[in-house]
Amino acid sequence: MTADNTLNRFAGVPWEPGAAKSDPVLVVDGVRRAFGGLVAVDVDHLEVQRGAITALIGPNGAGKTTFFNLLTNFDTPDAGTRRFEGQELSRVPAHRVASLGMVRTFQLTKSLSKMSVIDNMLLGATHQRGESLRRSLLPFTWRGQEAANTARADELLERFKLSHMRNEYAGTLSGGQRKLLEMARALMVEPTMVMLDEPMAGVNPALKQSLLDHVKGLRDLGMTVLFVEHDMDMVQEISDWVVVMAEGRIIAEGPPSSIGENQAVVDAYLGAHHDAPLDLGEDR
Amino acid sequence: MDWGAILENTIRGLIGEQFIYFALAAIGLNIHFGFTGLLNFGQAVFMAAGAYGLSMAVATLGLNFWLGLVLGIIVFPLILALIMGVPTLRLRSDYLAIVTIAASEMFRIIARSPSLDRWTGSSDGLTGFANTFYELSPFDRSQRYFFGIFIGNQMWVVLVGWVAVVLVSVGVWAVLRSPWGRVLRAIREDEDAARSLGKNAYWFKMQALILGGVIGALGGMLRAIGTQSAQPQNFITDVTFFAWVALILGGVAKVGGPILGAAILYGILSFTDILLRQMVEAGIISTSVMDGTQVGQVRFMLIGLGLVLLAAFRPQGILGSKEEMALDDR
Amino acid sequence: MLSSSMFHRGLRLLLLAAAAIVGTLGASATIASAQSDDEAIVKGTITDTDDDGARVGVAGVVISALDAEGTEFGRSTTDGDGNWSIGLSAGTYQILVDVDSLPEGVSLRNPDKNPAEVRLIEGDEKSTLFPLGEALVESAGGVRVIQLAVDGLKVGLIIAMCAIGLSLIYGTTGLTNFAHGEAVTFGAMAAYVFHVVGVFGFRMPLIPATVITVVICGASGGLFNRLVWAKMRRRGASLIAALVMSIGFSILFRYVMLFQFGGRAGFYDDFRLQTKWDFGVFSIAPKDIVLMVLSIVVLVGVASALQFTRMGKAMRAVSDNRDLAESSGIDVERVISSVWIAGSALAGLGGVFLAVTESISWDMGFRVLLLMFAGVTLGGLGTAYGALFGSIIVGLFIQLSTLVIPTDMKNVGALIMLVLILLVRPQGLLGRRERIG
Repeated sequence: MTADNTLNRFAGVPWEPGAAKSDPVLVVDGVRRAFGGLVAVDVDHLEVQRGAITALIGPNGAGKTTFFNLLTNFDTPDAGTRRFEGQELSRVPAHRVASLGMVRTFQLTKSLSKMSVIDNMLLGATHQRGESLRRSLLPFTWRGQEAANTARADELLERFKLSHMRNEYAGTLSGGQRKLLEMARALMVEPTMVMLDEPMAGVNPALKQSLLDHVKGLRDLGMTVLFVEHDMDMVQEISDWVVVMAEGRIIAEGPPSSIGENQAVVDAYLGAHHDAPLDLGEDR
Repeated sequence: MDWGAILENTIRGLIGEQFIYFALAAIGLNIHFGFTGLLNFGQAVFMAAGAYGLSMAVATLGLNFWLGLVLGIIVFPLILALIMGVPTLRLRSDYLAIVTIAASEMFRIIARSPSLDRWTGSSDGLTGFANTFYELSPFDRSQRYFFGIFIGNQMWVVLVGWVAVVLVSVGVWAVLRSPWGRVLRAIREDEDAARSLGKNAYWFKMQALILGGVIGALGGMLRAIGTQSAQPQNFITDVTFFAWVALILGGVAKVGGPILGAAILYGILSFTDILLRQMVEAGIISTSVMDGTQVGQVRFMLIGLGLVLLAAFRPQGILGSKEEMALDDR
Repeated sequence: MLSSSMFHRGLRLLLLAAAAIVGTLGASATIASAQSDDEAIVKGTITDTDDDGARVGVAGVVISALDAEGTEFGRSTTDGDGNWSIGLSAGTYQILVDVDSLPEGVSLRNPDKNPAEVRLIEGDEKSTLFPLGEALVESAGGVRVIQLAVDGLKVGLIIAMCAIGLSLIYGTTGLTNFAHGEAVTFGAMAAYVFHVVGVFGFRMPLIPATVITVVICGASGGLFNRLVWAKMRRRGASLIAALVMSIGFSILFRYVMLFQFGGRAGFYDDFRLQTKWDFGVFSIAPKDIVLMVLSIVVLVGVASALQFTRMGKAMRAVSDNRDLAESSGIDVERVISSVWIAGSALAGLGGVFLAVTESISWDMGFRVLLLMFAGVTLGGLGTAYGALFGSIIVGLFIQLSTLVIPTDMKNVGALIMLVLILLVRPQGLLGRRERIG
C-alpha cells in the first residue's frame, strides 16, 4: 500500500473540523474534560480514518495529551462518547482498551528501566497463560507460549535494531532507543491502532529517520496510527491527515499541505507565539 | 553476667521462633512492597488474621483444628485483603498505607474491646487451640534439642516453621519468575505502562496483596501456635515494622532478603535484650536509668532507629542492588 | 550522596538534641507515682448519666487492686472526668470499687461484677468498666444527640488544629508524615514538664507553660525539617523512603516518650476538676468552652493567614503546584520551613488541648494521627481547608457513632468512614479529581 493509496481514502473528505471519514476506526462525540474551572478538552466530533497516519498537532496547552488520555481511558471525560471499532469506551477500563487493539505510548517514555529489554517486550504479549497466579507455579502450562512470545519479541527487536541490548536493563538505553523499545513493545500487543504521544521528543536526529520509517511501517502493516507531535517536519513527511487542536477544541482538519495556510491555525499558533512567524516546527 | 545465656539467646534469635514468624511476615511484605510496590503497613493485621482465624475457630466456635487452619491461612486474610484493597488499590500508594495502618488500629480496638470478649477473649486473648498441633510433635516435650537450645514443643514449632519458610520461599521464587511475576515488577515500576499494555493492574495488585497477606497470616498463626495464645498485644501496629525492618535490612525484592534480614534483626534484638537485662540485674545499669520493663521498650526504639537509618543510608539493604530495586526508588 | 556526611551529622545532632531535651526534662518526669516496677496498668472511667442523658465522670470513687487473699496492691481515686488507673506488676488481681465512695443515690449497674478479675501480663494496659445506674443508653435519645454533637465538635476542632500541619506538609513536600502524631504528644508532654514536673524546681501555671510549649514545638518542627527533611529533599530521596523514615521517627519518638514518661495516663494540675455547666440540653465543663473558643480563634486565624498574608498565599501556591510556584519566584524551601514550624506549633497546641480535655499518654499522638488521616482524607489530602472541614466532621462522627456502637470502639467508626470515603470519593470532599491520579 502506498501513500497515494492512503490519500485516496481521504478523497472527498472536506477540510473542516469534525469531517466524516469513509471508514472511521475511532469516533469521538462531545468529549469534554475540565480541571477545576479550566476546560482542557472540548471536542464536538472527530473521526479517525482506518489504516492511515493521522497527526494531532496544536500549540502548547492545547489539550492534546489530555485528549489522548481520554481516548485511551487513562482519564475519564466529564461528558461525551468515544467509539473504537463501534465499541463505546465509557465503561471499559484502560487495560481493556489495550486488549481491544488500541495501544498507546507516553510522552515521557515508560520503558520499565529496572527490567531487561526482553522482559519489557514480553510484557506486551497478550493472553499469557503464565499471567495467572494459579498457573504460574506450573511452568509446563506456559513454557510453550512463552517461547513463542520470546521468538516474536526477538524478531521485533531485530527489526527495531535493539537485539544487541536484549538482556540489558532498559534503563541503560538512550532516549531514542527507549522510544524504539516502547514502540516495539506496543507492537507485541498486536494492535489495530497505535497511539504515539510525541514519538520524536528527545530523540537525536540520527535516530529520527529510522523512527519515521518504523511509523510508516506500521501503516504498511495495516495499522491505524494517531500521533501527537510538535516536529512539523515529521508531520509533513509521514502523516496522511492532520488534526489541529487549540484551547481544547479542534479548529482545523485536512491533509498536511493544507494546514500551513489555514487561517484558524495561523491565528492559534500566532496567538501562542506573538513574535514568531508561522514556523510550526519550532513550537518547543 | 551469664555469657552462656547471652550466646544461647542470640542464637535463638537468629534461627528460633521469633525469626520464623517475622521471616514469613517479611516474605509477604516483600511480595507486597518489593515486587509490586504496595505500601502495606498493616502486615500485623494479616498476622492477626492467621492467629485469630485459627484460635477463634477452635477456641470460640469449637471447630476442628484443620478447619481453623483453612480459616486462618486462607479465608480471614482473603477477606481482609479485599476490605483493604478494594477501596485503595485504584489510588496512589499512600492511600493503601493509610488504610492498612488504620486497619491495625481498628484491630487493636476491636480485639481489646470487652464488649466482644465472648468472641475474642478481649485483652487476654484466646488459648487452648493448638493441642492438635502439639499432639503431632515427634519430640519429647521434656527433652531439650538442638544443642539444648529448644525444648521439645519449641523444637516442633521451629522445625515446622523452617519447613514453611523454605517451602514458601521456593514457591515465591518460582511464582516471581513466571509471567505473573513479570507483570508485578512492571506494575511496581510504572503502573500506567502495565495498563497501557493491557494488564489489569488493579487485579494483579489485589492478587499480590492476597498472596503476601496469606504468607503473613501463616507467620501470625505460627506465632499464636508457638506462644499457645492469640493476644492483641502480639499484633499491634508497631509489630508490622519489625517485618519492615527485616525486609529492608535483608534487601527489598530479593527472595532471600527477608530471611537474612529477619535472622540478623532477631539476632541483634535478642542479643541487646538479654544483654541489657543482665546488665540491669547485675547492677551495671542502675535502675534509675532503666528497669526491667523498659528493656522491652528499647527494642521498639531500635526498630524505629533502624528504619530511619536504613531508609536514609542503605535503602537497598544487605542483598539488594541499587540497579534492580531499592527502597529509594522513584 | 554528596551531602550524605552533612546529612549524617545533622541526623546525629538531631538525635542528640532530642535525647538531651527528653533527658533533661524527663530525668524526674515519670508520670504519676514513683513505682517504677509497674509492668502493667489497669484503668477505667467511672461515668454516670445525668438527668439529660449525658455522660459525666464521677469524681472521688475509690478503686483498689487486690490479690486473691485480699492484700491491696494499689489504689486509685477517680478524677474529675471519672478516670482512674492503677499501675501493677504482672499477675491476677481483683479490682474492687469501694461502693461507699460512690455519690449519694448512685449504684453499680452490675453489683455482682464487683470485684472484677483481671489478668495482667507485662506491658498490658487494660480497661475495666464499672457501669453505674440502671439504664445508660436508653435515656432521652434526642437530647443525647446534642450532647454528643457538642463533644464531637470539641474533638473535631482539636483534630483540625493538629491536622493542618499534616496536610500542609503533605501539600508542599509530598511527604505523608507519620511522625506528626508525635508532635502532638510532644506538645502535651512538654507542657506537663513545665507545669507539673517543673524545670530546675520551678513549676509554672498551665497557661504560660502552653505558650512556651508552642514555641518549643514550632522550633523543633523547624529544626526537624532543617536537619532531616530538607537534607533528604536535597538528596532527591524518594517519597517512599521519606515516608518509611517518618514511620521510623514516629516509633522512635513514641518509645522514647514511653521510656521517659511511663505508660500511665497523666493529668495537668490546672483546670482538672471542674463541675460541668448545665445548659439544659447539654452540659459542658467551662474549660471545654474555653478550649473550643480558643480553637476556633486559632483556626480562623490560620485560615485568614493562609488567605491574606504573603506567606500564607505562598504556602497555598506551593501546595497547588510546586514547580509553578518556584518558577514564579517563591522561595519554596523557605515556605516549607514555615509550614513545618507553624504545623508543629499547631500540633503541639492541639496536644495540650487534648491533654486538658482528656489525659496525657505516650501514644496519644499516634491515636490522633489516624483520626487526622481520616479528617484530612475526608477533606481532601493536601488542602488546608479540607483538613479543617474533614476533621470537624470526623470529630462529630466519632462522638455520634456512640449512639449505635460501644463507646470503647468509637474510633473504629471514624476509621471505617475513612475506608468508605476512599471507595466513594477518594479525592475527599474539597479535593480535585486529578490529585489522586
